[in-house]
Amino acid sequence: MTREAPAPTAAHTADAALALGDDALVLSHRLGELMGHAPVLEEEVALANIALDLLGQARILLSMAGDEDELAYLREERAFRNVQLVEQPNGDFAHTIARQLYFSTYQHLLYDRLAAGRSPFAGLAAKAVKEVAYHRDHAEQWTLRLGDGTETGHERMGRACTALWRFTGELFRPLDGLDLDPADLEPAWLESVGDILGRAGLAVPDGPRTGAWTAGAGREGLHTEPFGWMLAEMQHLHRSHPGATW
Amino acid sequence: MTDTDWPLWEVFVRSRRGLSHTHAGSLHAPDAAFALRNARDLYTRRGEGVSLWVVPSSAITASSPDEKDPFFEPAADKPYRHPTFYEIPEGVKHL
Repeated sequence: MTREAPAPTAAHTADAALALGDDALVLSHRLGELMGHAPVLEEEVALANIALDLLGQARILLSMAGDEDELAYLREERAFRNVQLVEQPNGDFAHTIARQLYFSTYQHLLYDRLAAGRSPFAGLAAKAVKEVAYHRDHAEQWTLRLGDGTETGHERMGRACTALWRFTGELFRPLDGLDLDPADLEPAWLESVGDILGRAGLAVPDGPRTGAWTAGAGREGLHTEPFGWMLAEMQHLHRSHPGATW
Repeated sequence: MTDTDWPLWEVFVRSRRGLSHTHAGSLHAPDAAFALRNARDLYTRRGEGVSLWVVPSSAITASSPDEKDPFFEPAADKPYRHPTFYEIPEGVKHL
């Protein structure tokens, strides 16, 4: 169902910037955790590039909502507005890729639509949509190879896609401040992800994509347990040495 | 971390239109599509290029260091092969 998007106000714009900025920041940090731990050197650079693209987006978005450093380093867990999908741990490489496939497909559809609109996000989206197109392609290439490769790869990729499926419904919850309803992106997302999983020889997971316990959770500040650990690591330096500079 | 049996690829980058592709380095990748993507990430992330080639290293036949003398030494003392004995008329540009 298409919802009539409310006329965006400055406060709504800041809220939406915070939500999208937190998505980018948190996923960027998760990918950053793989530095020094990626399976091969070339893949490490690829993941670092994606993380840096996302960090760049996060800086612009968080600056639209306030002071970027304060927002990133001094908020408590409950004040973060990212979807739960992006805070999920890297797990094995298949989990990292499944998370990226789900999120980048969503983000690409979102930025593509925002770029065509007239909201304060149009400029950022127009630039970022090209970065995200590459992130999506990277995840797709790996999904195809892991899913349609060895028996182990197939099994692990299938397991990862299923494990993260329940976090994908939240992506399409309404978000005030955007000139679109994320729910409108859902059919295209399902088609795109379904097509890639099909070509990878993987079944589209059939479990629920949300549950009563997850409904809008991340956007409302309710996060999964691993997020607290991530945040502690991300924030401890700044909190231990406030105002420190190089 | 480098424990991989992925094949090696040679990367050629064209820095801008009109120039030829130049060898930039090499990398490991499972197949050609990924070699191209890895090359993009490793060699063009600071705006170095507008076009990329990747070639399996195994497809390159190289001259051997042992053959250096028969291959290259004879060219060293033949200055007449260089086009340096011509008078260049004044006013000729772009030569």
